[in-house]
Amino acid sequence: MTTPAVAAAPDERLARRSPLRRLLGRPELGALLGAVALFVFFSLAADAFLRTGSFSTVLYASSTFGIMAVGVSLLMIGGEFDLSAGVMVTTSALVTALTAYQLTLNLWVGAAISLAVTLALGLLNGLLCVRTRLPSFIVTLATFFMLAGLNLGVTKAVTGNVASDSVRDMDGFDSARAVFASDLAVGGVTVDVTVLWWLLLVAAATWLLLRTRAGNWIFAVGGAADSARAVGVPVARTKIALFMGVAFCAWLSGMHLVFAFATVQSGEGVGNEFYYIICAVIGGCLLTGGYGSAIGAAVGAFIFGMTNKGIVYAEWNPDWFKFFLGAMLLIATVVNLVVRRRVERSS
Amino acid sequence: MSDTPLVRLDGAGKSYGNVIALRDVDLEASPGEVTCVLGDNGAGKSTLIKIVAGLHRHDTGTYTVQGEEVAFSSPREALDLGIATVYQDLAVVPLMPVWRNFFLGSEKRRRLGRLDIPFMRATTRDELHAMGIDLRDVDRPIGTLSGGERQCVAIARAVYFGAKALVLDEPTAALGVKQAGVVLRYIVQARERGLAVIFITHNPHHAYPVGDRFLILDRGRSIGYHTKDEISRDELTGLMAGGAELEQLAHELERGLRKE
Repeated sequence: MTTPAVAAAPDERLARRSPLRRLLGRPELGALLGAVALFVFFSLAADAFLRTGSFSTVLYASSTFGIMAVGVSLLMIGGEFDLSAGVMVTTSALVTALTAYQLTLNLWVGAAISLAVTLALGLLNGLLCVRTRLPSFIVTLATFFMLAGLNLGVTKAVTGNVASDSVRDMDGFDSARAVFASDLAVGGVTVDVTVLWWLLLVAAATWLLLRTRAGNWIFAVGGAADSARAVGVPVARTKIALFMGVAFCAWLSGMHLVFAFATVQSGEGVGNEFYYIICAVIGGCLLTGGYGSAIGAAVGAFIFGMTNKGIVYAEWNPDWFKFFLGAMLLIATVVNLVVRRRVERSS
Repeated sequence: MSDTPLVRLDGAGKSYGNVIALRDVDLEASPGEVTCVLGDNGAGKSTLIKIVAGLHRHDTGTYTVQGEEVAFSSPREALDLGIATVYQDLAVVPLMPVWRNFFLGSEKRRRLGRLDIPFMRATTRDELHAMGIDLRDVDRPIGTLSGGERQCVAIARAVYFGAKALVLDEPTAALGVKQAGVVLRYIVQARERGLAVIFITHNPHHAYPVGDRFLILDRGRSIGYHTKDEISRDELTGLMAGGAELEQLAHELERGLRKE
């Protein structure tokens, strides 16, 4: 022992990981297989599903949830939840519509005010979680109810109605609509601008996660916060930034609401937070944090969109949608679990 | 052995309220040497490393680093002087790849904040290889490595980021015989690379083969401070177990066996 071997002998039990194994280790694989299976299934079950018009409808539905799923999945990788994400979209839309209408502002100014307010809400969520060290589940459950109440209460107090007044004729509506709620023809297919926003966000989030220091920190604070702190990762700052990321996505979704419909229903958004979480989980994000991908969440959102619209095209009773969604969530989590265990054991 | 040791404690002591955790302990660690700190649970080992690592400040005696007297108020200050501590929990994130763990918190970046991934992968592989650990796939989650290998990654990380003195807190405690052997080999590697190693353990069989100096603690006091040529393995084991007590125990056990 006093004369050490220069190099330890390689462990003979360590087999080289094949490219297939590496692929199986990717968090989004289960979701990708599920998406392909669903696509084939609905193509066979519904004649209308394969038309290009249907496809753009599916993509649109996917994008409206996919945009939020980007922020929510990053937050989940960072080890936290945001149950207020659904109503925050409505809050963001209402802030724009109400302030612009009441103060007769250009809608772009309303949008800027909304951005500031929504980011502040994200900051508040983050600060509350980090400072109190309470589970984010509880903290954001509280902010969820508070925001849901505020949305209704303030809207009724200001407009005397449960919806905001229409902002269709106000300054800036058309230009803002072009940015947040228009559609483009791409090679004969109508593509909603939200799809572009969605893809852009997914690309940015993927780059952030895998190619930047911030991404490293997100995985670390979700995987083992104490270890991360011990090697100098600013855990609190990273988590707060993630909550603000969700808020930014909520703002973008809120702007789509305002400029697509001109009026905002103040009771909307309740329950959507679960759909975002489902997208992220189906896409391979681990509920306990430290594992997942933005691309996976995008595939999860696509599965969500396909199921949502596929049931309509198959002319089934849409009441079954939620049953399907729940079943898929269950299957996806079990598949993820099995795949990950197998990979961990064999690597 | 150089004239001024890298780390030196003279008559160091520490008490928490009215509990005297450590009293009048001498210790030195020089580059290219392994200083072993032995003792049973509650002997004061962890208090000693907390002083060296900068987590606690000593009450009495002096603590010098490269001849300069110091009194650290945070582990960061100790780290800045090149004293790195590898704790038992290792501070790694199990699901992250080995190379990301290696550089976590000190990531190497290129322009536009982009991570320099090829550099970090290659460096991790090379640094681990230099420590004698041949890890072909640095993209594996670090949680899939064995306990001994994880220890080695943590040690290699400390060495790469400029450690001159390495404090290892019971690195072999939770390991099997073979894994412990692997870690001991890396301790020797670190010594060969010119580091001063302070190796805390309660196992004299792990300490004796790699150690150059041995400090044996019991109830917060030093009960022996020897260089390797002054002491044999059996003497060390006997001292560690509290010689007379062990004889007594052997005696009792023998009597107990005869009765049956």
